[in-house]
Amino acid sequence: MSIDMSQFHQVFFEECFEGLEAMESGLLTLDMGAIDSEIINTIFRGAHSIKGGSGTFGFTIVADYTHIMETLLDEMRDGRRQVTQPAVDVLLGSVDCLREMLTAIQNERVVDDVSVAKHKTALEIVLNGGSMEKESVSPVEPEWASVDAVVNIAPDIIEEKSVELAEQGWKIAFCPYLDLLKTGNDPVRLFRELNQLGELTTIANIQDVPGFYEIDPEECNISWDLKVSGDISEDEIREIFNWVEGDCEMDIQSLAKVVKPAPVIKKVDPEPSPVSTPNNPVQKLVEVKPKVVAEAKKADAQDSVNETAKTTVKASSIRVDTDKIDTLINMVGEVVITQSMLGLVGENFTMDKVGQLKRGLAQLERHTRDLQQSVMNIRMLPISFVFSRFPRLVHDISNKLDKKIVLKLVGENTEVDKAVVELINDPLVHLIRNSLDHGIEMPADRVAAGKSETGTIELKAYHRGGHIVIEIIDDGRGLDKDKFLAKAVEKGLIEENNLLTEKQIFELIFMPGFSTAEQLTDISGRGVGMDVVRRNIQSLGGNIEIISELGKGTTIAIHLPLTLAILDGQSVAVGDETYIVPLMSIIESINITERMLNKVAGKGETFRLRNEYLPVIRMRGIFNVHSGNPTKPKEGVLVVVEGQGELCCLLVDELLGQQQVVIKSLEANYRRVEGVSGATILGDGSVALILDVPGLVRFSIR
Amino acid sequence: MVQQAENKDIDQYHYSKNLDNAVQYLSFALGQEEYGVDILRVQEIRSWEPVSRIPNVPCYEKGVVNLRGSIVPILDLRERFNLSKAEYTPLTVVVVLQTGDNNKTRIMGVVVDSVSDVISVDKTEIQGAPDFGAKVSNEFINGLVSVNERMVMLLDVDKLLKLEELDQDES
Repeated sequence: MSIDMSQFHQVFFEECFEGLEAMESGLLTLDMGAIDSEIINTIFRGAHSIKGGSGTFGFTIVADYTHIMETLLDEMRDGRRQVTQPAVDVLLGSVDCLREMLTAIQNERVVDDVSVAKHKTALEIVLNGGSMEKESVSPVEPEWASVDAVVNIAPDIIEEKSVELAEQGWKIAFCPYLDLLKTGNDPVRLFRELNQLGELTTIANIQDVPGFYEIDPEECNISWDLKVSGDISEDEIREIFNWVEGDCEMDIQSLAKVVKPAPVIKKVDPEPSPVSTPNNPVQKLVEVKPKVVAEAKKADAQDSVNETAKTTVKASSIRVDTDKIDTLINMVGEVVITQSMLGLVGENFTMDKVGQLKRGLAQLERHTRDLQQSVMNIRMLPISFVFSRFPRLVHDISNKLDKKIVLKLVGENTEVDKAVVELINDPLVHLIRNSLDHGIEMPADRVAAGKSETGTIELKAYHRGGHIVIEIIDDGRGLDKDKFLAKAVEKGLIEENNLLTEKQIFELIFMPGFSTAEQLTDISGRGVGMDVVRRNIQSLGGNIEIISELGKGTTIAIHLPLTLAILDGQSVAVGDETYIVPLMSIIESINITERMLNKVAGKGETFRLRNEYLPVIRMRGIFNVHSGNPTKPKEGVLVVVEGQGELCCLLVDELLGQQQVVIKSLEANYRRVEGVSGATILGDGSVALILDVPGLVRFSIR
Repeated sequence: MVQQAENKDIDQYHYSKNLDNAVQYLSFALGQEEYGVDILRVQEIRSWEPVSRIPNVPCYEKGVVNLRGSIVPILDLRERFNLSKAEYTPLTVVVVLQTGDNNKTRIMGVVVDSVSDVISVDKTEIQGAPDFGAKVSNEFINGLVSVNERMVMLLDVDKLLKLEELDQDES
């Protein structure tokens, strides 16, 4: 009968995180003025399915929490409640809190009750209309907004409780699940033990007890607020409750030093009665507030950084569109049919069947190629997996910096390999933080510069050739070339009188230790530098370039290969050997004669291509190839390639053909070889090396 | 019954004694010399097939081959040990060896003239390697052992397969 639920946990968590992302992006797009009911519905659905799922899997703490959110969202959906910025901020906070809870449960860590309770209280306050009138509440600190509200609501409680401040002891909210009694636990026994530790006061909440005729004597419908006074350690209390830990919700707080709003952990009902309002030493709390807020903010910021870093590493499984799988199955079907057809031809083969055989083979080739394509397609994910995180980032940071910034996402459905998606996140976060912090100016400065008060950052993805291009475009202040030069000279990176092109100047930003920021902020200017960003992107086989105009804005373009496993290659012959030149880097190929090459200083050779002299690399020379006929340039082919922005020509014997090749690592069993980026296996089973064009260019210069 | 049990004990005793001290080596020939490698390091033995040359590497690194989808480098042991070159014939074999360092195993093939035998060597009979001078640098040799009056040089696979720069690249 018992089903191992844990096997579904992974799926559940993935769904939850997806739901949370949907909720987050929904909340961020909510426009205060005009509420789009469709967006609220989306958010509501997210919350609802998380609640349902967590209930099924017994993560009651998540389910209860989501229930409150759902109630709030339900009222917004029905139009019974207005959507206000503070409410949205509290909801955003709740999304974070939920994410933390789920991550904790997923990693089998203990859920941070205190922060959960904090968010929960905030939500309840909003639900009770507490902070709704207080529009002035700063959006960054929704939790603390609730504290003010507590003061408004329960002034009488403060008096009562402040007397107890001097007391030593513990306040315990003990809320057993319905089936506590069925597991053989008796609350009375617990209370008796508690009473032995110190004087015990119990208050039973009986509002959940159903009517007499509906009562099930085996269910525990009562929850308790307990107070034990005396010099007792928390561990002693926890020990008593050890046995019922899994069967109840409980929260233990010291009476002496409560600094947070009391988390009322109780079975949540849609409309909490006033009795459930936190009753705790609010006065003390209010005094402590400013400092705690500052700390909480700092901690939050750090948490979110850690959290994003962590989540990106995860996701070892992917969700695939059923359409893609259907295509794949069709493809496999076709291959099987072709195979059986070829089998038929093969039986009793006679020469007159050659035509049939050839047709069959051609078909097989086509199907194999399609099959390969659709398998690769499965690994492709829309770039929105990365992009969807940024609206929140921009929202939070722009609030923090008091800047007005709109983030525009373009081409989120552009598909790219999963491996690329996973690795591109960190560099992008860094670049966007840079744009937010250094790129976009303060609203006042913008107005002074004749620009609109609100800055725009555009995140754009599109395919070009075999690459995906990701652009980060801001309309901020742009990069100051003169400042760059001055800084570079100051740091000793370049000579004073060096003449650099605009492109070369902007390249300076990628040098380690280069920073023009007058002061470092906690948003950017520390952590990974631009040099690391570039290195990461290059390790993915991509490159990055900057175009900027002072006062107008900056565009950072990242070019990445669509996939890391397959490459379109041009095979070339050098002597008896075959090499693969990545098709991406080839500009053109030219048949040449000896006379078209010009010697430079007796050694180097150049080729004049449309008024531009390009260096020539003789592949035979650089790779020490001695087989076959020595190259006579008039029989040779010049392959004009581009590597890291530089053009150069490779002199090979012959072009063989274009094909897709599967990239195999040379380093797995061997080592890195200069001028070679990897190897592949050709149709005849032999190995061909794939040329690393930028490396080759560097190598030839030495 | 009792007798049988005792016999079994004795067998077991002999067996475990063998297990403690005996190591099996695969022996192979390079010219007139005989070498051995720990048999647990041998993945397979293949016949020689043409390799794809790698440019600008030491000459004993012959190139790479496709071994069921992985790219595996092939080293020529004769050239590695500065012995005279031999023509590759259909009898020339490649011994595919595994070397493991820091949780990562590499596979490499070494070209030898022929494989001869699997020999069981008592650990206690292994002698330390004397100084050979320049012909074979001592570093690859774990020890010498005498099998049927023939001398077999036992090679240290990890050191043998350690390529120059290889470790620098990793660091």
